[in-house]
Amino acid sequence: MRYAIIGTGAAGFASIEAIRSLDKSGEIFMLGDDPHGFYSRPGLAYFLTGELADKSLFPKTREDYARLNFTYQKARVTKINRAEKFLLLDGKTPLPYDKLLIATGASALPLTIPGANFQGVVKLDHLEDARGILSFAKRGKTAVVVGGGITALELTEGLLARGVKVHYLLRGDRYWSNVLDEHESRIVEARLQEEGVTLHFHSELTEVIGKGGKVGGVRLLNGKTIKCDILAYAIGIKPRAELAQDAELALDRGILVNEFLQTNDPDIYSAGDVAQVYDPITGRSVLDSLWSPARDQGRVAGLNMAGQRKSYIKSAPFNVTRLAGLTTTIIGAVGHGRDEDIVGIARGDSETWRQLPDAIVAQGGFDINRVRILVGEKILIGAVVMGDQTLSAPLQKIIAQKVDITSVRDKLLARDAKIADVIVDFWSKHAAVA
Amino acid sequence: MSFINIFKSDARRRTTLFAGHVVPDSSRCVQCGICSYNCPIGIDVRAHAWRDEAINHSECLTCGECVARCPRGVLRFDRTDLFAKDAQ
Repeated sequence: MRYAIIGTGAAGFASIEAIRSLDKSGEIFMLGDDPHGFYSRPGLAYFLTGELADKSLFPKTREDYARLNFTYQKARVTKINRAEKFLLLDGKTPLPYDKLLIATGASALPLTIPGANFQGVVKLDHLEDARGILSFAKRGKTAVVVGGGITALELTEGLLARGVKVHYLLRGDRYWSNVLDEHESRIVEARLQEEGVTLHFHSELTEVIGKGGKVGGVRLLNGKTIKCDILAYAIGIKPRAELAQDAELALDRGILVNEFLQTNDPDIYSAGDVAQVYDPITGRSVLDSLWSPARDQGRVAGLNMAGQRKSYIKSAPFNVTRLAGLTTTIIGAVGHGRDEDIVGIARGDSETWRQLPDAIVAQGGFDINRVRILVGEKILIGAVVMGDQTLSAPLQKIIAQKVDITSVRDKLLARDAKIADVIVDFWSKHAAVA
Repeated sequence: MSFINIFKSDARRRTTLFAGHVVPDSSRCVQCGICSYNCPIGIDVRAHAWRDEAINHSECLTCGECVARCPRGVLRFDRTDLFAKDAQ
């Protein structure tokens, strides 16, 4: 049996561990065009701020690779031949497969305005992007950051940490409006301003201005110009599904897979940011661009590839991130509608967050410690925990396990309810009984 | 164990020094490596988080450097009673 894994991210690596747990002797090939193989892409944010060194981004040791006994090959897969079951590497070398996993991830949506190809226009997809940003940051004095969501803030914070003056452009009237509520957006914005970031609302880029192919500034739709040396953008991501498209696999926005992570070709699977996964509970196929689901999907895909029939059960989507230095946990469905700053989905994002929750909002806490819960008829549907994270573990469990909260629903919705106390009290009793 | 005990973090830390460990929640972890990078003993904390195992390394000082530095709240001090659990 020969397994081929296209992609070197969390889903790809997890699939190899899963395959090896069942099949000790099959050949496994991991193929990828990222010269650095498997490393923590989310960790790039902390490499930018200087909290860790680039060599620390690599989680696995030589021994880990040896133990899993697979061949890692830096190669660009240029074609999938489904009829004869082989891949074409770098346009010339054929590699036959029995089972194939496409875990090619997603890449940043490109900026398409005039001047977007100038030197100093940067994004954050790869380690090489991060290194490039750091080298520009040494020379640069001022940056413009454009885009919503987590990555744009990570770029902002990384540049700030390197002593760069940052202008942050938002098309709408507040930060990450489809996931955060207004109060939460304002908390993040105020903290950015305290750090010296200049916020520009209702601002849209029309052009990069420059000389000799280098960024010198940007022009906005309202005619205003901002001088800068760096333009960093994170306006959303796009699943890297071109190979699957060429191979005529079923696609929507990502590669469509069933609950076994299988495409419409039974020998081809897909997992991670590129996969649009069918959720048997809601009947929808959704994109997640989160590390933990990618890892879980890779694991389930690997088990299925190696012959164990196993369903991927999507748990309540959940992400922890730092927004302007404030640890924030987002659980379940919390937001609504569209965000003008993000086209489609952003890195570290889940579409489930934006399903319109049929819920009543209860809020507690002030300033930097804040919790917002979305209260359904019998269960909690979602939560946002900012600052103190004491409540995030119990809330994650209450939401994921759909624990019946009827007994405290009125208390949670009472005016000026002490939500934190109610939740902790409820959970300690529930956990004691369970 | 009740979750209300989470608030007693100082007492918990003291107890942990004797009877507990640093414990990861791997679903929060993105393997960035800040924990391993900052461990004064050089323990690969991240590898434990990948496997969702307590940092049951004999040299762990439970100094808390990894717990404090983790940007995603993956790590916490907890009384694990690892051996008691194994025996059950």
